[in-house]
Amino acid sequence: MKGADMIQKLRNIYELGVKELIGLFRDPLMLALIVYSFTFAIYVGAVSSSDSVTNAAVAVVDQDRSSISQRIMESFLPPQFRLPVQIEQYQIDGCMDRGEYTFILVIPPDFQRDLLAGKGPSIQLNVDATRMSQAFVGAGYVQQIVLKECNTFFAAGSSAGEGISPANIVIRNRFNPNLESSWFGGINELINNITMLAIILTGASLIRERERGTLEHLMVMPVTSFETMVSKIWSMSLAVLIASAFALLVIIKWYLGIPVTGSFWLFMLGVTLYLFAVTSLGIFIACFAGNMPQFGILMILILIPMQMLSGGSTPQESMPVPVQRIMQLSPTTHFVTFSQAILFRGAGMHVVWVPFLKLFVIGAVLFIISLKRFRKTAAS
Amino acid sequence: MRRSEPETSGISPDSGGFAVRFSGLRLSYGKTLALNGISLDIPAGRLVGLIGPDGVGKSSLLSLVTGVHAMQEGSLTVLGGDMRSAAHRAALCPRIAYMPQGLGKNLYFTLTVEENLQFFGRLFGHGPAERRRRIDHLTKSTGLYPFLDRPAGKLSGGMKQKLGLCCSLIHDPDLLVLDEPTTGVDPLARRQFWDLIDSIRKDQPTLSVMVATAYMDEAQRFDWLIAMDEGKILDTGSPKELLDKTGSDNLDSAFIRLLPESKRAHHRELTVPPLPPEADNDISIEAEGLTRKFGSFTAVDHVSFRIRRGEIFGFLGSNGCGKTTTMRMLTGLLPATEGTASLFGVPIDGNSMEVRKKLGYMTQLFSLYNELTVRQNLELYAKLYGIPEHEVHDHVEEMLTRFDLRSSEKTVPADLPLGIKQRLSLAAAVIHHPQILILDEPTSGVDPVARDGFWELIIELSRRDKVTIFITTHFMNEAERCDRISLMHAGRSLACDTPAGLVESRKAATLEEAFIGCLEDAAAASSAAAQKKGENESPETAAEEVKPETKPHSSFHMPAWFRENCDFGRWYTCFWREMLELKRDGVRGTLALFGALILMVVMGYGITMDVENLPMAILDEDQSETSLDYSWNFAASRYFDERKPVRQYDELDQRMVNGELSLVVQIPPKFGRDIQQNNVPELAIWIDGAMPSRASTINGYIQAVHAQWVSEYLKKQPDLPSYEIPDLETRYRYNPDVLSLPAMVPAVIPILLMMIPAILAALSVVREKELGSIINLYATPLSRLEFLLGKQTPYIILAFFSSILLILMAVFLFDVPVKGSLPLLLLSLALYCVLSTGFGMIASSVTKSQIAVIFLTMVATILPATQLCGLINPVSSQGGAARVIGMFYPTTYMLLISRGVFNKALGFSDLMKPLLFMAAEIPVTVAIGILLQKKQEQ
Repeated sequence: MKGADMIQKLRNIYELGVKELIGLFRDPLMLALIVYSFTFAIYVGAVSSSDSVTNAAVAVVDQDRSSISQRIMESFLPPQFRLPVQIEQYQIDGCMDRGEYTFILVIPPDFQRDLLAGKGPSIQLNVDATRMSQAFVGAGYVQQIVLKECNTFFAAGSSAGEGISPANIVIRNRFNPNLESSWFGGINELINNITMLAIILTGASLIRERERGTLEHLMVMPVTSFETMVSKIWSMSLAVLIASAFALLVIIKWYLGIPVTGSFWLFMLGVTLYLFAVTSLGIFIACFAGNMPQFGILMILILIPMQMLSGGSTPQESMPVPVQRIMQLSPTTHFVTFSQAILFRGAGMHVVWVPFLKLFVIGAVLFIISLKRFRKTAAS
Repeated sequence: MRRSEPETSGISPDSGGFAVRFSGLRLSYGKTLALNGISLDIPAGRLVGLIGPDGVGKSSLLSLVTGVHAMQEGSLTVLGGDMRSAAHRAALCPRIAYMPQGLGKNLYFTLTVEENLQFFGRLFGHGPAERRRRIDHLTKSTGLYPFLDRPAGKLSGGMKQKLGLCCSLIHDPDLLVLDEPTTGVDPLARRQFWDLIDSIRKDQPTLSVMVATAYMDEAQRFDWLIAMDEGKILDTGSPKELLDKTGSDNLDSAFIRLLPESKRAHHRELTVPPLPPEADNDISIEAEGLTRKFGSFTAVDHVSFRIRRGEIFGFLGSNGCGKTTTMRMLTGLLPATEGTASLFGVPIDGNSMEVRKKLGYMTQLFSLYNELTVRQNLELYAKLYGIPEHEVHDHVEEMLTRFDLRSSEKTVPADLPLGIKQRLSLAAAVIHHPQILILDEPTSGVDPVARDGFWELIIELSRRDKVTIFITTHFMNEAERCDRISLMHAGRSLACDTPAGLVESRKAATLEEAFIGCLEDAAAASSAAAQKKGENESPETAAEEVKPETKPHSSFHMPAWFRENCDFGRWYTCFWREMLELKRDGVRGTLALFGALILMVVMGYGITMDVENLPMAILDEDQSETSLDYSWNFAASRYFDERKPVRQYDELDQRMVNGELSLVVQIPPKFGRDIQQNNVPELAIWIDGAMPSRASTINGYIQAVHAQWVSEYLKKQPDLPSYEIPDLETRYRYNPDVLSLPAMVPAVIPILLMMIPAILAALSVVREKELGSIINLYATPLSRLEFLLGKQTPYIILAFFSSILLILMAVFLFDVPVKGSLPLLLLSLALYCVLSTGFGMIASSVTKSQIAVIFLTMVATILPATQLCGLINPVSSQGGAARVIGMFYPTTYMLLISRGVFNKALGFSDLMKPLLFMAAEIPVTVAIGILLQKKQEQ
């Protein structure tokens, strides 16, 4: 008897899940959007190069007109910088206001003379701070370039020859030697789309069932809330899982040529766990939203901070500690952690079991809370 | 009917004596042929009935006549104009009233009865006094008057139907088209309804009425009948002519005889065998003092009954008397406020799977899956009820045959007419051969043949399989087949007896008379009480004295197309209605307003451009004084957070792979000695490149720290020429202290104002599509422009209000002052809100489901706004498609203005270009939204 019950339960879960999938396949627009978010969107996310400095506009006010100032100017090269434009002192404010240049370098008169005399002259760099990361990261680059040129120039001009620096540093960027932002941008976009899709597919389909009365009908049939919820979770997770496997193998690995170091199957296992957590989150939101517009806003309110603060856009360790603590509750944080570890650093199970476990616990808690609320909201 | 007698009174001259003429009219949905080349002329001023089985094209014909559905083949002239002409359709809208099929499809459920009626009244341009007069008159004649303040969604099914009627009657149409208007309406209200139609026709003899109905007793009073079958017209004539032709004494049987032989082959007169007496003590359903209150309103008031096993128990009553609520309590969906109920002697518990397995339930509103075909639905339900896999097929086949669903087994319910959907619901409710069947108006909207077929099954289930049946119905011939009936009114059970017993006790001739008598008595009692309460209100007669006004028109002369498409009143009506809905759903408005604030706090505080506290470790293979000095330089930097030193390369590898360290400084052996010997040793520095932007930042820090060390070292060397590193003064303009907030805040505002308003605006339209009220765009004089702008405006206001809150928060909470021109900022934000909601409108025009539109709007706003519009990187730094999107996306320009005003202290003269660009995008956005939105069903 117990066994038969169990089989019937599994059968209900299976049948209801198949129903969800049929519904998905009958909606051509949804399919088109899913295809879009796992192909073109990832491509755009990868190539829009949101992270590193590319094509930054530079202007130089050269009051020295010396060979060193010429050298400095010539050292700003694509793809990181556009070829610098020479402007006059009085133009600085206007150009900055109009946002024409992110960086304006002012080389003072007698710069070369003071440099060679070892006086350590100053050179001014104006940065348009409203340009966010291009400004902050790029300023570092500009500084490096200028100092390197000055050092070399001084060394060549003085008797010290090559030996101006007592030691050199060789920087090796592990896991992404050339710091190609497309690697990260592509994976980040994949993570964002998995999250968004999983929440929308489960949560909104639950609300739709509620608004159309089909959920209420299920409540008088020998089907439990547990079965209904699990059926939505497995079916929508499966759809997203297949889409993300496709995106990883075809778009990211093959089309964009991003080398994926770690184990594909380990990553898929992680995605599965993550999908359990976010589909539960979708149901959780739906259980608290009264109608579709409310669901839409609630979803944005939860989704955006999850994405922005997951550590995917800016590093977690730089956020205020309370934010870091709170973000430990978000599944996306752990997803970002393990996907970077697996895909870029080639980490194995012994490394990622911690985020895996956390994801499972988060998913389970959300699932249980939703289950408790499910019946109450279903029949309204 | 084509050769009908010329005597037609009061025909408007332009119609040529005919209200509707069509020939060769064909309509198909995909492969399904709904109308098969029919031709007919329908004279004006008549009450014309369409009768026929479910799904023979009645509704299709009506939706063509009203211009709701786009035409395919054939010609159709309505009120003297060609329905292919968009201009004629537009001119016709105010002259036609259309009530679609389905319970309250044209209504707005969060709005009250009064507000729904006001909406339609305003749409047709009536003044306030005129609206009051009409609303009072209509609601009093239909018994809705006491419920003016109730939200339409809280009305019972039948009351929704009545309200739908009132809404379509609020203006004076020349052609009234009603698609099964009285489905689910109680007999008393039906009588009142037809009296109302009669009185309207008396006042306005030119009025033509077309009605599709499943009630043959109603058809009896029509002037003309059109009998249809399979997309063709079987016969036309007055009811009497049809009776004579078929030689039957009532229309029910006349209707059946008109059908082709194959369709009526299975039909036979039904008889109900008596219930065996031994069932007397075998109680299946028992209720004792069952009560349900919603706030102060008592929906069900101490109802008690005992239903024997195998009994057919009918629940009759006026609309809104608590029948559905009682059923919901019996199924365990709704907990009872008071009293008890039990099934098979077991108290009702919503969670008992055993009871649920024995129960079949059919809801009043269709509640099966629209995304599955008929067969898939049946299979799903069979499996969910635990029917073994190998028997599923047989059960499904049995149901397909029994309910004559075979021809539509591969269709999705959304494309099926009401009657067939009802049959499908029934089939799903009995597919597992339940022991108790709870059926909420199962036969409403079903044609007579199918109804009899259904009752045949009911009787068989009850008598042969001892299934207990609890049923509500408004058909008296069905009520007569019940073993016992309970008459309900206003939550209380008035009487409970056998049909014959009821007729006898009221000394009535028929059950209908007994029923109506009962209801009238009860209604009189309650309205007497209501009358007392409402005596101060202006009596109806006073209201009627208000002179009906002529429709107001703008006094200045606009071109005709402009007047037709841009009526201020109709725009305002749409706007007013949407505002009301927003007001009702307080949670939505609050979330929309304050959600943006919450997000701004999160992003403002959470996102920093600074990279600090990076976990770093040293791998010192030298351990000399110089190497210690070098590592100390790194450890002291505020950017780095030194962790336990790394001992060997393997450990370095492992600690970097698991993400513990972002940076390792590897000092080679003999480092100190090499320096002294001018060998220029190389230090290896390992950075975690998984996150490129962070790695680049780290890179910069390392260079700086190293340069610092070099300079310190050189100073200590006496034999080298004195060298001072040039000092690079970096001035971060507009944000000298490199604070995150002043950088983030102006950037976040445009992003938040893109996503939330777009989603809300998009949902507001698609919601109407999904819930059905979009029909008001198709069937009323509303133009797409009025409709879209009317719906968009509340969200523009909401978004703009939200942007003001965001500015206030920026200034007072985050201390990010508005340095530049505030009027410019406000103006540009206003334009921007129009654009973002306009994007929502475009998204709504290409989607049908709410899920899809949420998804589409998210996809179309988040990625471009956050990545392509210069939030992080300037648009000019991007390449390819990303750059093109960025150049046209309004967020790019809003970001320029927002940063210009907040950070750069700029004004109009500096930011004219982006402002003009946004202004220029508005008409384009609105035009695209309108062009993509359809004014007719396709």
